[in-house]
Amino acid sequence: MSGFWFIVARDLRLSLRHGADTLAALLFFVIASALFPLAVGPAPETLARLAPGIIWVCALLAALLPLDRLFGADFEDGTLDQLLLTGLPASAVALAKAISHWVTTGLPLLIVAVPVSLMLNLDTAALPVLLLGLLPGTALLSLFGTAGAALVIGARRGGVLLPLLVLPLTAPVVIFGVAAADAAGMGMDVRAPLLFLTALFVAALPLCPLAAGAALRGAVE
Amino acid sequence: MLDVQEISAIRGERRIFGPLSFSVDDGDAMLLTGPNGAGKSTLLRILAGLGRLAAGSILWNGNDALADRAAHGALVSYVGHLDAVKPGLTARENLGPNALEGLEAMALSHLADQPARFFSAGQKRRLALARLVCRQAPIWLLDEPTLGLDVASVARFGEMLATHRAQGGMVLSATHLPLPLPGAKELRLS
Repeated sequence: MSGFWFIVARDLRLSLRHGADTLAALLFFVIASALFPLAVGPAPETLARLAPGIIWVCALLAALLPLDRLFGADFEDGTLDQLLLTGLPASAVALAKAISHWVTTGLPLLIVAVPVSLMLNLDTAALPVLLLGLLPGTALLSLFGTAGAALVIGARRGGVLLPLLVLPLTAPVVIFGVAAADAAGMGMDVRAPLLFLTALFVAALPLCPLAAGAALRGAVE
Repeated sequence: MLDVQEISAIRGERRIFGPLSFSVDDGDAMLLTGPNGAGKSTLLRILAGLGRLAAGSILWNGNDALADRAAHGALVSYVGHLDAVKPGLTARENLGPNALEGLEAMALSHLADQPARFFSAGQKRRLALARLVCRQAPIWLLDEPTLGLDVASVARFGEMLATHRAQGGMVLSATHLPLPLPGAKELRLS
């Protein structure tokens, strides 16, 4: 168990040292969201209507940015071999990586979503529900992303392949996430979409690390 | 005791080596020699549980070592061609638990809090070797461990190897350079 948290702590420390990489995903999120008022026009009603969708899609794309290096750097410098020799199952190594991705990307995106939603004139009643949906939503992006990143280790042009693998998987996450925020905006029941998101998270929590672990074993062979 | 029975490795359509059988007792050392491409690195990775074993079995104290690769990994310290050193972390952070003992063994204590990006290639190599001491695993698998080391460091590494073997650990090393491993058996791959 101590080995597990050692991997998480080491990755968090590395992200702090390379703060620019972490910040890049957040800035991408802010800039991409800020382009929408320019593209669809600054009418407050239009923006309020589109805000949940804009925030979800931009958060999803921003979460993809650091995935390329999630295992890439460790594979190239030999660290991945050492991680698989720590005595932890490969799936636990993958879960540790997913946690560090969420803490360095998912959680900051969740926080930055607050000012972005104000910028996009999101209904204040919908904001708490949007954030509540982003909580399992960003965790799901980290889990799917970890599995995808593990699969493309060592592949030529892996960075291009990765979004093609991960984005289709995230379709249900976006559907239920936006549905929850929309329902809150219209004063409807938000429980069903939020429960669906949570159910997806509960299913992905064991499955994605297992898949990623198998991919890690395959990558070093 | 590590008992290797009739193992072979295949890459693509080509057999790299095998069938190959040997055993290494606690406290023993074995040198893997042979020309480039003979499969020394592949054999070491297979023994570490990282590579793919095409046939045969590897027994650790009589039990199938690769049945639980995670548990086997904890018994192994592997130093490959790559140093697995993160430039953004200090020497101490790179090693993790028991870092100070490892740094002491490779005479890097004075650089403990230096970021590894300031290290020379030889110092990075010494840091990778220091990890052997930190991990306290019984099986050391070394792939060209002394490449790029100065004479004093090779001598220090020799002491490390001797201490490890005196404590009942075993060493398997691929090498083209003479290693300070007195009484080591030799396995020639061709």
